[in-house]
Order: sequence, then C-alpha cells, then structure tokens
Amino acid sequence: MSDLVAARSQMAVSLVFHIIFAVIGIAMPVLMVIAERRWQRTRDPIYLDLAKRWARGTAILFAVGAVSGTVLSFELGLLWPQFMRLAGAVIGMPFSLEGFAFFTEAIFLGIYLYGWERVSPRAHLLAGVIVAVSGAASGIFVVIANAWMNTPTGVMVTNGAFTHIDPIAAMRTPAALPQTLHMTLAAYAATGIAVAGIHALLVLKGRASAFNRAALMIGLVVGAPAAVLQPLSGDIAARYLARRQPVKLAAMEALYQTRAGAPLTIGPPPGIKIPYALSLLAFHDPHAVVQGLDAVSPDERPNVGLVHLSFDVMVLLGTYLAVVGLWAGWLALRKRDLAAHRGFLRALAVATPLGFVCVEAGWMVTELGRQPWVIYGVLKTQDAVTPMPGLIVPFTAITLLYCALAGVVAVVLYRQIIRSPVA
Amino acid sequence: MTPSLAVTLAGIILIGLTAYVLLGGADFGGGVWALLASGPRKQAQRELIARAIGPVWEANHVWLILSLVLLFTCFPLVFARVAIGLHVPLTLMLIGIVLRGSAFVFQSYGEGSAAGRVFATASLITPVLLGVCVAAAATGAVPVEPRGSFVAVYVRPWLTAFGLAVGVFALACFALLAAVYLTLETRDLPLQEDFRRRALVTEVVVVGVAVVGLFLLPAALSIHPRVVALTAVTAASAIWSLWRRHYALARVAAAGQVALIVVGWGAAQYPYILPPDLTIQAAAAPRVTLELAFTAVIAGAVVLFPSLFYLMRVFKAQSKNAMR
Ligand code: HDD
Ligand code: HEM
Ligand code: HEM
Repeated sequence: MSDLVAARSQMAVSLVFHIIFAVIGIAMPVLMVIAERRWQRTRDPIYLDLAKRWARGTAILFAVGAVSGTVLSFELGLLWPQFMRLAGAVIGMPFSLEGFAFFTEAIFLGIYLYGWERVSPRAHLLAGVIVAVSGAASGIFVVIANAWMNTPTGVMVTNGAFTHIDPIAAMRTPAALPQTLHMTLAAYAATGIAVAGIHALLVLKGRASAFNRAALMIGLVVGAPAAVLQPLSGDIAARYLARRQPVKLAAMEALYQTRAGAPLTIGPPPGIKIPYALSLLAFHDPHAVVQGLDAVSPDERPNVGLVHLSFDVMVLLGTYLAVVGLWAGWLALRKRDLAAHRGFLRALAVATPLGFVCVEAGWMVTELGRQPWVIYGVLKTQDAVTPMPGLIVPFTAITLLYCALAGVVAVVLYRQIIRSPVA
Repeated sequence: MTPSLAVTLAGIILIGLTAYVLLGGADFGGGVWALLASGPRKQAQRELIARAIGPVWEANHVWLILSLVLLFTCFPLVFARVAIGLHVPLTLMLIGIVLRGSAFVFQSYGEGSAAGRVFATASLITPVLLGVCVAAAATGAVPVEPRGSFVAVYVRPWLTAFGLAVGVFALACFALLAAVYLTLETRDLPLQEDFRRRALVTEVVVVGVAVVGLFLLPAALSIHPRVVALTAVTAASAIWSLWRRHYALARVAAAGQVALIVVGWGAAQYPYILPPDLTIQAAAAPRVTLELAFTAVIAGAVVLFPSLFYLMRVFKAQSKNAMR
C-alpha cells in the first residue's frame, strides 16, 4: 500500500466513522425535544421516559462524536499538511465557526443531559432546542468547508500560492447551498427513519406498547418529510454538478462520451440505459449536451466504478426511503393507525439502516468523485499528502482503534438501552 | 505599542490552550485518580469523579479543538510544520484521546470492567505526549525541512530527556488539578480528606519534576526568573492552603500555578510562535483572515462566556456549600 493510499484510507475510515455520530448528533436532539415538549403538554409519562432514555443513549454517542471529530481536526494536518498550509487561511473561517457551534452545543448538552432536576422545565427544553440548533449549525459549517473543496472560490492561485484571499467569498461557494441542504435533510431522514424502524421492529415482535408507538411516531415526524424531500434536494445537487463539476457527474453516471440527449445508466456499465434521461435530469432538457469523461485526460478521472456504484446505491435506497415516507404520509392522511399496519411496519423495519447507508454512499460520491483533486482544479491529493513515510502504520492503528471503540459503544448501548425492560 | 492582531490571536490561542489544560487536563487527572482509587472509599471516589466530570466533559474538551482551529486558520504554516514534524507523538496523543473517550463512556455508565481500566490506563499517554510535543515545539526541535533519515526527522527531535520530563510534569500537573478540584466537589469529609492527601503528595511530585526539568532545560529556551519565582509562590500557597484545608484558595493557587506555567512557556518563546525561525508575524495568515477570526472570537465569546457561566453555576453550585 503506497503512503498516499494509506493516507486516503485513514481519512476515509475516520470520516466514515465520524459521520454516523455526527448525523445522530444533529438529529437526535430534535427527537428528544419533541418528546419532552409532548410530555410538558400532555403529562403523559411515556414521553418523559422516551426523552430520558434517548438522552442517555445520545450522551454516549456524543462522546464518541467528540473524540472522532477531534481526531479528524488533527488528521487534516497530520495527513494533508500541504492542503492545510494553503487552505487554512481560506476555510479556517467555517471551521472556526464550527468550533464555536460545538462549544455552544457541548455546554447546553451538559445542561440537557445532566440537568433534569437542576433547571426549570422551560430552561431544560430551551437547552435542548439550543443543542439541536447548534448541532445543525456545526454540520452546516463543516459541509461549507467541504463545498469549498469542490468549488473553490475567494482565492487567486499564482504559481501554487494563494493570493487575494477572501474567506467570506470562500464561504459563499456555489456548492455550499446544495450540499448543506442535502446533508442536513440527510441527517434528519437517516436518524428519524432509523428510530422509527427500530420501534417498528419491536411492535412487529409483539411489543405494541404505547412507548414504542410514541417513539415510532416521533421518528416518523422527523424522518418521513426529510426522506420525501431528499430526492428533490439530490436533484438540485446533481444539476449544480452538471455545471460546476462535470467530471464528477460523468463518473457518477458512467458517461464516457460527451453527447447530446445522454441516457441514464443504471447498474454496472453497460447496465440498463434510459434514453435522454440524464440530459433531462441534469439540465431539464432531453437534448442538452452532457459532458463525458472524455473531456479530461485519463489521469484526471476519478474511479468510475466506485463512484457510479455509490451513486446508484444512494439513489436506489433513497427512492425506497422516499416511498416509505410517502406511504406514512398517505396512511396518516387517511387517519389510519400506522402502528397497526403490518405491511407498513415491515417496510419501515427494513428501512432502519438504509439512511445511514445512503449517507456513506453519498459521501463516497462526493469525495471519490472529486479525485484526483483535493481542491478541485487547484491542488491534487498526491501533492497534499504528508511526506512522512510508513503511513500504513497509523492507518492500521486508527482502524483497529475504531473497531474497538465501535465494539465498546455497541456493548454499552445494548446494556443501557435495549436490554433494559421496555414497558 | 499596542500588540498587533497576529500577536493578539496568538495570545487567544494560548489562552484557549491554558483553558484546555486547566479543564480538560483535570479530566485526564480524574482518570488517574479513578485508576488509583483505593482504601475503604474506593467506590465513592470513583463515583465522585464520574459525577464531577459528566456534565462538563464535552465542554472541557472543546477548548483543544477551538485552539486547534484558530491555529490552522491564523497560522496555517505552523500547523502544517508541526503536523509533519510531530506526526508520531501527535498520532499517539490522538489514540490516547480516543481511549480516554472510551473510558469515559465506560465509567459514566457504570461499566467498571477490566476493559474500561485498560482504556483508562492507556489514555494516560495523552498528557505525557502533550508535554512532549510542547517541549519539542518550544525548544525549536521541529524540523524546518523534513530532510534526512526517518529517525532524524520524525523521532529524534521529540524523543529527548527534557521532552519526557515535560511529559511527566504535564501528567503530574493534571493529577494535581483534579485532586484539588475534587476536594470541592463533595461535602463528605473523609472523601475530601482522601483527595486532600492526594493533592498534597502530587504537589510535591510536581515541584520535584519541575526542578529536574529546570536542570534539563536546553539553552534555547530561557524562562524568565520572575515567572519561576511567581510559580514557586503559587505552589507554596497551594501547599499551605491544602494543609490548612482552605480548599477554595487551594483551587485558585493550583490553577494559577498551572496557568502560569503555560503562559510562561508562551512568554519564553515570544516573539517566535515556532522556534527557531517562525515569528508570530511571519507565520500569520493574511490580514482579512485574522480580522475575521478575531471577529468570530469576540462574537463567540459573547455567546460562550454567559453560557459557560450558567453551566458552571448549574453543576458546580454545591461546591460553594462544601467550602463552609
Ligand atoms: C439519507 C441520505 C441520503 C439520501 C436518501 C440521498 N442522498 Fe444524496 N447524498 C447524501 C445523502 C443522501 C450525503 C449526505 O451523503 C451527500 C454527500 C455530500 C452531501 O452534501 O450529501 C450526498 C451527495 C449527493 C450528491 C453529490 C453532491 C456533491 O458531490 O456535491 C448528489 C448528486 C446526490 N447526493 C443526489 C441524490 C439523489 C438524486 C437522491 C435521490 C434519491 C439522493 N441523493 C438521496
Ligand atoms: C473533516 C471533516 C470534519 C472535522 C474536522 C470535524 C470535526 C469535529 C469535531 C472536532 C467534533 C467534536 C466537537 C465536540 O467536541 O463536541 C465534531 C463533532 C461533530 N461533527 Fe464533525 N467534523 C468533520 C466532519 C463532519 C461532517 C461531515 C459532519 C456532518 C455534516 C459533522 C458534524 C458534526 C456534528 C453534528 C458534531 C457534534 C455532534 C456529535 O459529537 O455527535 N462533522 N466534528
Ligand atoms: C464535510 C467535511 C469534510 C471535509 C472537510 C473532508 C475533507 C477531506 C480531505 C481533506 C480529504 C483528503 C484529500 C482527498 O482525498 O481528496 C478527504 C478524503 C476523503 N473523504 Fe472527506 N471530508 C469531509 C466529509 C467526508 C465524509 C462525511 C465522508 C464519508 C463518510 C468522507 C469521505 C472521504 C473519503 C472516502 C476520502 C478519501 C477519498 C480518496 O482519497 O479517494 N468525507 N476528505
């Protein structure tokens, strides 16, 4: 394994791990706040139980999110010092704002998780709201930094050095809006559907308690609308790619030749082709010209197989989640009892992990699709990597460590939450 | 002369690091005492530590992140060079941070298992390596150009007797802070005595290691005698107030002592941010970036300080009662 590949793999492992906790950290506070608000409204103890139980699990996941995030902040320099040397002054701004958002989040999380008996009910709920808002804000800021890597703005590059740095213009990079929108919705969709799915499974197993019904409904309230909106925001993301990062789009769609009236390829190439569909989706015009991979030399193309596969997985599973979300809405509109509809419950239980799979697949599209660039069109990944040799050692160490940590989390969560009797 | 924006931001980063040492450091110190819990009140000691750390754990650790992001925003060159030259100890330090997080998860949720103890023990490398990295940076040992053999570039600069002394010193300071803070976290007198005794012993160790460190101090780093004298005074007052059971005073003295050490380090290497050649001015990002970062710090402080104050008031209120 070359040092570059080891560095990329270590970055990938760290991010694949962190994003799970980040997504839960963004959405779980919303679910807890809804449950607590219902409790304050109805005084139904089930909702209090729910909020407290969720808070206990979230505390564990937050701690893991914090340490894996700390690791990432260091890894930006440990693995990609040349990238940070150039880009630090440009995208330091969103990272700094993210730092302050974390701080706010951490402070009020402490109050929320440990302060049930110490602050007034209203102050407690407000602390939860602040955690939810600052969690979403930190996600948005860090994704803005990533968006800048995709569409760098606010700098001029002369002989490899950055001049005319404008951090505000950098934060207003065109990729920021589609990416932050799609990512924030993804957090709510993945977490909400997963919570609803777990409780759907419990109901199916004969534990149709009021507790499980309440949890299922709150999960759906957050997850279903987001899942329905996700294909729409994905379409926005794809259309911006067609203009700004045509190579990535071509790799996602396995489009080798530039052509008008491009078809949509589904499955490993040659796959199934839907005529004109790609031109239609990318430019809302069946005859539009879509740029293919042949527009750039082979050494500037990403790994088409992986990017295309990841994209297909995201879209396939995303469509399934959207259908489940629509189904939930349809049943709710007709005033049917969702927790009694076995077909729906089964579909929901199947959906439990799928949102997280979509998140990982989507990030593979974004990050692998940007290769060989770390800053699109400006800096190649191979020129950003640290000169330190033997990177396979830290890569192996971090991977083993994260496997162990995942085991710890699974054991503790199991003992704390799942195994404890549910009324 | 008013300090330049770059110097101000470097000062803010140093303050952030000081806060991490005083708060996050005490978390590592708490880990030490949880491991070394002994005697008839073994369980009570562990519970006190878990209760004291729980609510503030996240907030204490964000200080490190804040210092780090401000460093790479305002001084990207320093971040890049340190990340290359100190790759090995920094990676080990990160591993320690992950293990500390795992131990926290185990401890806070009543899983006092063998695995939890292994994680906790291993996480003690973090303070040591933090000290090692600071020593290497302060003495100008971080290579300017990564040229030469692996050992010459990536190992020898930080693996020095002085570095290890600073590492042990950091660990002892963190244990001291934790023991002193813990005397204020309980009203149970025997428990309080347990931590008073631990604090006194640790303070003696801290002073001892400091003396050894001063002997090993390389010529490249000159610490102002006044800083040394002031630190000695705070150490003496910490011992005195612990002896007389003035715990609130002991907390101020111990925190002051450790803060003086960190700030003294910053002062010793001024105007260099990364000796031997990078001054604060030379390493600074363009002016727009500095201005924006400064604005963000001010805006952040307006939100954060009242919030932090509120957090401390909610959870540390009982310590006031313990004083009486
Ligand atoms: C619940 C998760 C989820 C779901 C259901 C979908 N996505 Fe997605 N997608 C993500 C989660 C995600 C993400 C959070 O993982 C990414 C990675 C980077 C980003 O901003 O969002 C992403 C990236 C991403 C990109 C690349 C953006 C870029 O590189 O700048 C495109 C074009 C799409 N998505 C398109 C879609 C479409 C057409 C979907 C239709 C069903 C879809 N996504 C469902
Ligand atoms: C290179 C990329 C990234 C870096 C350097 C990074 C850094 C960090 C850090 C330092 C923390 C810990 C904060 C604390 O102590 O509370 C953290 C947590 C978090 N991160 Fe990331 N992060 C990255 C990617 C992401 C992404 C892609 C998202 C999501 C969109 C995200 C969202 C979050 C959230 C919501 C938290 C707080 C919640 C939790 O701890 O679970 N991060 N991150
Ligand atoms: C939003 C914040 C993020 C930032 C700032 C960020 C930054 C980076 C950087 C600097 C690299 C190394 C250079 C490169 O390979 O291009 C990288 C690589 C990578 N990242 Fe991200 N990333 C983010 C989010 C994510 C997430 C959430 C995931 C996955 C779940 C992810 C997956 C990857 C992968 C797989 C690579 C390796 C790609 C390759 O080299 O082929 N990233 N990222």
